[in-house]
Amino acid sequence: MQHSLGFERRVATRFLREGRMQTVLIIIGVAAGVAVVTYISALITGLQKNTLDKTLGAQAHVTLSERDDAVLPALAPAPGTLVLAQTQARAQRPRSIANWQAVVPLLEALPGVTAVSPMVAGAGLALRGEATQSIALVGVELERYDRIIGLRSKLTAGAAQLGPGDGIIGRELAANLGVRVGDRIAITTGSGPAAVTDGLRVTALVDLGVRELNRRTVIVPLRTAQSLVGLPGGVTNLDITLDDIWSAQALATDLAARLPYKVEGWQEANASLVSALNAQSISTGVIRAVVMVVVVLGIASVLVVSVVQKRREIGILRAMGATQGQVLRIFLLQGAIVGALGSVIGVVLAVALIWAFSRLALGADGLPLFLITLHPALALQVAGVATLCGVLAAVAPARRAARLDPAQAIRM
Amino acid sequence: MPAHKAPDTPLLELGEISKSYNLDLPNEAEVLHSLSLRIARGEFVALIGPSGSGKSTLLNIIGLLERATAGSYRIGGEETRELNDAALTLLRRATLGFVFQFHHLLPAFTALENVTLPALMREGRVTPAQRERALAMLHSVGLQDATAKRPGELSGGMQQRVAIARALVLEPPLVLADEPTGNLDTQSANEVFDVMRRMHAELKVSFLIVTHDPRLAARCDRVIELIDGRIARDAPVPTSTPDEAKHAAP
Repeated sequence: MQHSLGFERRVATRFLREGRMQTVLIIIGVAAGVAVVTYISALITGLQKNTLDKTLGAQAHVTLSERDDAVLPALAPAPGTLVLAQTQARAQRPRSIANWQAVVPLLEALPGVTAVSPMVAGAGLALRGEATQSIALVGVELERYDRIIGLRSKLTAGAAQLGPGDGIIGRELAANLGVRVGDRIAITTGSGPAAVTDGLRVTALVDLGVRELNRRTVIVPLRTAQSLVGLPGGVTNLDITLDDIWSAQALATDLAARLPYKVEGWQEANASLVSALNAQSISTGVIRAVVMVVVVLGIASVLVVSVVQKRREIGILRAMGATQGQVLRIFLLQGAIVGALGSVIGVVLAVALIWAFSRLALGADGLPLFLITLHPALALQVAGVATLCGVLAAVAPARRAARLDPAQAIRM
Repeated sequence: MPAHKAPDTPLLELGEISKSYNLDLPNEAEVLHSLSLRIARGEFVALIGPSGSGKSTLLNIIGLLERATAGSYRIGGEETRELNDAALTLLRRATLGFVFQFHHLLPAFTALENVTLPALMREGRVTPAQRERALAMLHSVGLQDATAKRPGELSGGMQQRVAIARALVLEPPLVLADEPTGNLDTQSANEVFDVMRRMHAELKVSFLIVTHDPRLAARCDRVIELIDGRIARDAPVPTSTPDEAKHAAP
C-alpha cells in the first residue's frame, strides 16, 4: 500500500535542502509577508476594538423608542390632487413607549440579546450654588443599565448605588459644579409638576470615555427621572445590548419592521465612524492581498527556477516510474513547506512586533496607546492562508515539472 | 539478414515499429523504419550502431519514454500502444530498470538512498527488508563502504555501479542501459561491465545495452546493429573465452 506522500515528502525536502540559499531566502520572504499581514491585522483589530469600545462604552447597541411625532394631514388628498401646502415639522417632546413593560421580556427573549434596559432620557439643569450646568438626565434601573454599558467599571469615585434621591454624575460635570461624592446638587427640568428636586446626593462619579458625556450626564433612578421628565410610569427608550455588535443594524431593521416603534442600531447613530472603520478594513484587506500576492509570486519564481534546475532529476524520477501526480505533488509540497515554515517564523516575528509596539508606543500616561492582542485564531488564519498561497504558488511550476518529457529531460 | 531467433515467449516484442519526428511537417524525419525485434527473458543484448542510427530512439521506445509512430510493442505480452501515460509509467516502474550514460543519480541523496528510491517511489516508505536488500545490492557492486556517500563524493565508475544497483534493486525483468560505460575510462568501464554480467548471471535479469564499444558488445550474448534506423545485424556473439572478449580489438 502506498504510504501517504512518503516519497513526495522525502524528495521535496531534499530538493529544498539542496537549494539551501534559495530556500532560506524565500522562507524569509514568506515570513516577512506573514509578519506584516499578521501585525497589521492585529493592529487594526486592536485599533477598531479600542475605537468601538470607546464609542459603544456609553451607548446601547440598539435603541428602541416611540416614533417621532409627525403632522398628520386633516384629510387625505383625493387621488390626482396636487397639494401645495408647506407643513412645519412638529417639535418632539418626551413620550413614553407604549406598553413598554410587555416589550421588555419580548426583547430579552430574542436570540443574541444579552441585556435590555428601560431608560428615561431628558434634558435639564444642574444647580449648585451659583453654578448652573445643562445636563442630560438619564433615569435607569442600575442593575439593568450596568449590563448595557458596564457602569460599575466606569466609576472613578464613590460606589454604584442608586437609591431614591441618589445620583451618579459625569466626572467633568462634578468638576464644573465643584462637587464630590456625598455632596448634594439640585436638578431642574423646567417642566412637569416635579420641576425641581432638592438634595440629589452624588453617590459616584463616572468616566464614560467621552468628555462631552462626562460634562453632561446625570444618572438617576428610573422613578426619579420619570417624575422629573413628567412621564410617570413611562420610559423614553429601551436600550438593548447584543452578543455580536455587528448584528445590531440587522436586528434594528427587523424590529422596526415588526414593532410600531422607532428602532435604531448603533451603526445608524454613528454612520461616519462605521464608514471610517469600513475604509480601514478595506485598506487592510488591500494591504493583506498585495502582500500575499507578493508572497505567491516569490514562491512561484523560486519554484520555477527550481524546476529548470531540476529538469534532469525530474527526468530520472519519471524514467524510474514516478507518475506525473507524484512529480506534481513533490513541487506542491515544496510550496506548502515553504509557506508553512515562513508562516511559523512570520507569526513569531509578528508577536515580537506587537510586543515592541506595546512597549514602545506609549501614551502620555505611560500606558500603551491601546491594547493589541494576537488571537490564536488570527495567527492560524494568516498562517493557513500563507500555506495555501504556497501551494497555489507551486501549482504552475508543479504542472510544468509534471509535464516534462522524461526522454528530453534526461538528455539535458 | 535473417533475424536472430528468440525463444517463443518473448519479454518484449516490437512489430513493424516506425518513429518519425516533426510528423506532417516539411522537415519530417523518420528515424526508425518498420523495425521488428524480440528479446527473451534472461538475454544479455548489445545494441550497437553509428551515431544517428536510431539507437537512443529505439531504447526510449523500448523504455516507454517515447511512443512509436506506428507498429506494435508488447512487453510481457501486454500491448502498450493503447496505454495512456499513467499506465505506461506504472508499466515502466514494474518492468524496467534504467542505467544512463551520465549516471543520473539524485545528487541530494546518498548512494543507499538512491538505491532505495524505487521502493520509496512504489510504496511511499522503505521497509527494513528493502533497506537490507539495497545494502546487499551495493555490496554486490562493491560499494559496501560508500553507502552513506553522496554521488558527488564518488568516482564515475562508482556512480555507475550505484546506478546499476538502483536499476536492479527491485529485480525488474529488463534493464536498459544507454552507453553505461561511455563516460568512463577503460578500467572503470570493464569493472562496470563485469558488474552487469555478474548481476545478470545472479538475477537472470535481461539486459539491453546501447554501446559504441565493440569490445563490450563482443562480451554480450547477442548483438543487434542498427544502421539508418534499420536492423542491419541481429546475431548471437560467438562463444569466446572472457579473456579473448575483453581484449578484442576495438
